[in-house]
Amino acid sequence: MSELWRRFGRLGGGLVLATALLWALLLIVLPQLLMVDLSFRPNLPAAARGGPEDGWTLANYAALWANPLHRAIFWQTIWSSLLVTLLALLVCYPVAFHLAQEAKGTRAVLLATALVIPFWVNEILRTFSWFLILARNGLVNRLLMGLGVIEEPLALGGVGAVMIGMVYAYVLFMIFPLYNALESLDRNQIEAARDLGASTWRIHWRVVIPHAKPGIAVGCVMTFMLAAGTFAVPQIMQSLPGGTNARWFTQIIYSYFFDGGDWNRGSAYAFALLLLCILFVVATMRLFRVGLQDIAK
Amino acid sequence: MQGAEVALEGVGLAYGAFWAVRGIDLTVRPGEFFSILGPSGCGKTTILRLVSGFVEPSEGVIRIDGRDMRGVGPAARPTALVFQNLALFPLMRVWENVAFGLEVRGMAKAQRRRRAEELLELVALPGFAEKRVDELSGGQRQRVAIARALAVEPQVLLLDEPLSALDLKLRQHMRAELKAIQRRTGVTFLYITHDQGEAFTMSDRVAVMSQGRIEQVGTPGEIYDAPATAFVASFVGESNPLPGRVEESGGGLARITTALGPLRARDPRGLAPGSAAILVVRPERCRLDGAGEGEGPADRLARADDAPVNRIEGRLARIDFEGAFANLVVASPAGPALKVQVANDGRLSRLEAGAPVTVRFPAEAALALPEGPLARE
Repeated sequence: MSELWRRFGRLGGGLVLATALLWALLLIVLPQLLMVDLSFRPNLPAAARGGPEDGWTLANYAALWANPLHRAIFWQTIWSSLLVTLLALLVCYPVAFHLAQEAKGTRAVLLATALVIPFWVNEILRTFSWFLILARNGLVNRLLMGLGVIEEPLALGGVGAVMIGMVYAYVLFMIFPLYNALESLDRNQIEAARDLGASTWRIHWRVVIPHAKPGIAVGCVMTFMLAAGTFAVPQIMQSLPGGTNARWFTQIIYSYFFDGGDWNRGSAYAFALLLLCILFVVATMRLFRVGLQDIAK
Repeated sequence: MQGAEVALEGVGLAYGAFWAVRGIDLTVRPGEFFSILGPSGCGKTTILRLVSGFVEPSEGVIRIDGRDMRGVGPAARPTALVFQNLALFPLMRVWENVAFGLEVRGMAKAQRRRRAEELLELVALPGFAEKRVDELSGGQRQRVAIARALAVEPQVLLLDEPLSALDLKLRQHMRAELKAIQRRTGVTFLYITHDQGEAFTMSDRVAVMSQGRIEQVGTPGEIYDAPATAFVASFVGESNPLPGRVEESGGGLARITTALGPLRARDPRGLAPGSAAILVVRPERCRLDGAGEGEGPADRLARADDAPVNRIEGRLARIDFEGAFANLVVASPAGPALKVQVANDGRLSRLEAGAPVTVRFPAEAALALPEGPLARE
C-alpha cells in the first residue's frame, strides 16, 4: 500500500485504488447482490413488479426442495463431484509423487510437458475427445467389437462417462497443488522411514500424506468446485447414447435463466449450489486441518 | 544391544563409467567406534549408503555379522542410519519420532511410548516426549535422531556427519555424548566425517579416504604419527611436505634431496634409492635455533643418541601468536616455506619477524613417503 503512495503520490495512488475497488464493486459484488435479491423475489411479469405481489419470499428455494427431480439432480451433482474429486486424487497422487520425488532430468521434463500439453487445448475439445472415445462408433466400442468381446456397440453414456470426462478435464488442477506440496518433502525423510523398516504404504500414510495435506486440500477444493460448477462437460457427454440421465444441476440453472426466463428461480438454485460448495470447502479444510492462508499459498 | 562386525570385501560402486568407490576392503570390529575420514566427494557417504543398503555394490560383498548382505534392503538390515540433516519427522511428536521404528514393527502404543521414554532417557532428553520437533534446539534434535535410530536395536549405527550443522561448542559437547552413548549401548558405530577432530576424539580406529579409495586404516595415533601416504600426511593435521629424491636408504633411515637440501627422515618402507619421495614433517616437531630459543631435553636426547638432525636456514617470515603457542612461517631462499609451531615457554615474544633463524628437526621426527598426490588445502 505504502508502495502505491510512494510511486503515484497520494492523489494518483488514491485513484488507482479507487479504480480497483470500483471495478470489484461494479463487476463482482453488485451483480452478486442483485442475484441474491432476485433469488428472494417471485417471478412476476414486468407489469406486476413493484406491485403488491412483489416482496421477499423463500418460494424459489422451497421450489427446489419440493421438486423431487431437481432435488435428485442436485444431490447427484454433489455426489458425483465428490466422486470426481476422489477419482482425480487417486489418479493424480501417484503421478504427482513420481514427478516430485522420483523422476529425474529429461524424464521429469517430458512427463510434465505431457501433462501440460492437453491443457493448451480448450475444455470443450478435451471433453469432445472423450466423447469420440466413448461414442457408438468410438474407440472403445470398435476395439471391443474388433476383439469379438461384444457384437453390438454398447451405450457408454451416463454419469460414469460424465465423470470420466471431468476427471480428465480437471487432472491438472489436482496435480499441481499435489506436486507443489510433495516436491517440498525432504527425500531423506522417506529414506529414514524406509531405513527404520516402514513399508511403502506406511511411508505414505505416516510421512508423505501428512506432509502433502495442504496440497491435497487445495487440489480437492479446486477440483470439486470446477466439477460442481461445470456446464460444458455434462452438456457434451450427455449426447452419448444412454447419456440422457446424466444431468448436472448447472444445466437446470442454465435452463431457468435462458430457456425458462425465470431468473429468480435460477438465482435461488445457483445460490443453493454455491452454499453447498462453500460447506464442502469448509469441511475439507477442517478435515485436513489447513487454514485459508495455506490454500492461498 | 550388541554390536556386529561389518566387513567390506573388494567393494566398488560404479555410476556408468565412474567409480564412486572401488576396491574397498575394510573390517569394522564388533562394538567399535569406527570413523571414515576424508574430504568431500571422496566416497565416504557412498560407503555409508552401501552399508545401509540404499545402494547395492557393483562389485564385492558386504557382510554384517558374517551375513552376506547382497539383496537385503535397508529395512531388513541390522543397521540404522542417522542422516546428515537428521530427517526427523516434523509432523510427529518427539516420542512418535523415536517410536516410529517400533510402530512399524507392530508394537502396542503404550509399550512403544514407554520404550521411547527409556530411549529419550538414554540420550539425556527426559521429559521431551510430547514436544514438537520444531521446539527443539539443534543438539536436542541430534539426540532425538540418535534415539530414533537406536529404537530399532540396530547392531550397527551409521552416522553421516551428524554434527556438521551444530555450532563449535555444541559439536565438542556432542562428541563426548556420542562416545558415551556408544559405550553404553555397545553398538558398532560407523561414523562419517570430514573433520579430523571429530574422528580422532571419538574413534577407536579411523579410515582415511581419498578419491574413492581407502588410503589408510589405523588408530588416531597411527594415522597422525605414521601416515601411510602423502595424502594422509597432508590431509590430517598440519604438515610440511617436501618433495625430493631418495639419495640413499638403509637402517630405517633415508636421505632425501629436496629443494631445501639433503634431509634425513625415518623410512619404514625402505624406499629405493633414486625414487621420487616426499619428506613430511609436522610443524610442532620442528624447533628453532637462534631467535632466543635454547636447547630442549628432546634435543639433548637426540644428540646423546648421535641421531642425525636436519637443519634449514631461513628467515622468520610470519608470526601468528595464538597464546599457548605460535604458528611461524620460515621462508628459505632455496625452496618452500616451512610451517613451525612452537610452544609458548615465555620467550615467544622475543621472536621478531625478519630475523634469521635455523629450523631444526631430528630425522626421527620426519617421515619419508613414496611420492603421491597431496590433499588440497
